[in-house]
Amino acid sequence: MKALQDKARELLAGGAVQVVIGYGRGSAAAARAVFVREASAVDALVLDETCLQNLAVYLRKPEVRRLGKAALVAIPAVLRTILQLAAENQVSDGSLIALAVTPSGGEVVPLATLDAVEKHVAGLDFPRGAAEEAELRKFAEMGLQERRSFWEEQFSRCLKCYACRAACPLCYCERCTVECNQPQWIPVPAHDLGNLEWNVMRAMHLAGRCVDCGDCSRACPVGIPLQLLNRRLVDEVYERFAFRSGMAVHGENAMSTFKPDDPEDFIR
Amino acid sequence: MPEFRPRIVAFVCNWCTYAGADLTGTSRMKYSPQVSIIRFPCTGRIDFMLLLKAFANGADGIIVSGCHPNDCHYSSGNFHARRRWIVFRALLDFLGIDVRRIQFSWVSAAEGAKWARLVNETAERIHGLGPFTDYHRLRGMGVE
Repeated sequence: MKALQDKARELLAGGAVQVVIGYGRGSAAAARAVFVREASAVDALVLDETCLQNLAVYLRKPEVRRLGKAALVAIPAVLRTILQLAAENQVSDGSLIALAVTPSGGEVVPLATLDAVEKHVAGLDFPRGAAEEAELRKFAEMGLQERRSFWEEQFSRCLKCYACRAACPLCYCERCTVECNQPQWIPVPAHDLGNLEWNVMRAMHLAGRCVDCGDCSRACPVGIPLQLLNRRLVDEVYERFAFRSGMAVHGENAMSTFKPDDPEDFIR
Repeated sequence: MPEFRPRIVAFVCNWCTYAGADLTGTSRMKYSPQVSIIRFPCTGRIDFMLLLKAFANGADGIIVSGCHPNDCHYSSGNFHARRRWIVFRALLDFLGIDVRRIQFSWVSAAEGAKWARLVNETAERIHGLGPFTDYHRLRGMGVE
């Protein structure tokens, strides 16, 4: 934490960046995003196990961009988000400095270029916990009806608040299909059909792009395990196309490219 | 009780499967009348949302068909579509939606007989699966 504050002070005082986007103390035990613009205010920055939000969500916001060049406190998932955004031409080289950290603290690695981010990410592990693996296995063993009733029950609680969309740094379209009403692809009221359609669409539009940060699940006010849907597709994309999102600056997007020999055992 | 007659919606590309289905007709081949064909410029245009809307509007089964690989009029539309279908099928299955309700296929402009066979076999399978009430009952819970 001390190392992070020192680095932030140095960057702000030296004029290398105009804002440091990091974590601060929120209400109760939660951490919240803070935007530090003065070297004297770096004490607001904290770093601990509650710092999980994907701060890359702010990178594309015009009101944040207006603040000037940013240094972004970046846990491993955020670094991958930056690379994925770069691969989609949404952040440019030199527009930010990533401060690579881990929630448990330790050293701060400033990464000033996207190539540096890519190199750093290559040296990181993104292990999936045993509990998460077990959960996906549990679904694979369930029957079709069982899976159906599970998700039906989950989606029945969906409020269509689109917090999952707002929290996701990769859900950045300025015009979302949800707002399209000619035709109305996604019904406005929160009923079972529209809730299913919305959640299918969200997962599909993130297929091959999601970096598995889990902010969708954390943002959901009714606790729908949205990350599970994305995870299933992360696995599918990896198994079928040997592709992982957010690993390279000039990475391809799994869903906007193809291989002539993609598997087609299901096509007659 | 009247016999169940499945409603099947076929999303086909203009250049291969639509022409193939045309050939089926001009060759005087008979096939199941339970299919409604919707013509698209390319399989690459067939968004997964259209498939969901078909189910929501009462389809019991869906056929999606286009040019064979390397035969796409736009050179790569079917390759991109194939990737999308792979992921879409995985997602539907994960959500507990029976992917046997959707038949993907390549039917060229010369394969009139294949089209007839494809429709008949799909109609038979959907008949066996019964009406897609699991999905249709989601309708009517909202305002549309």
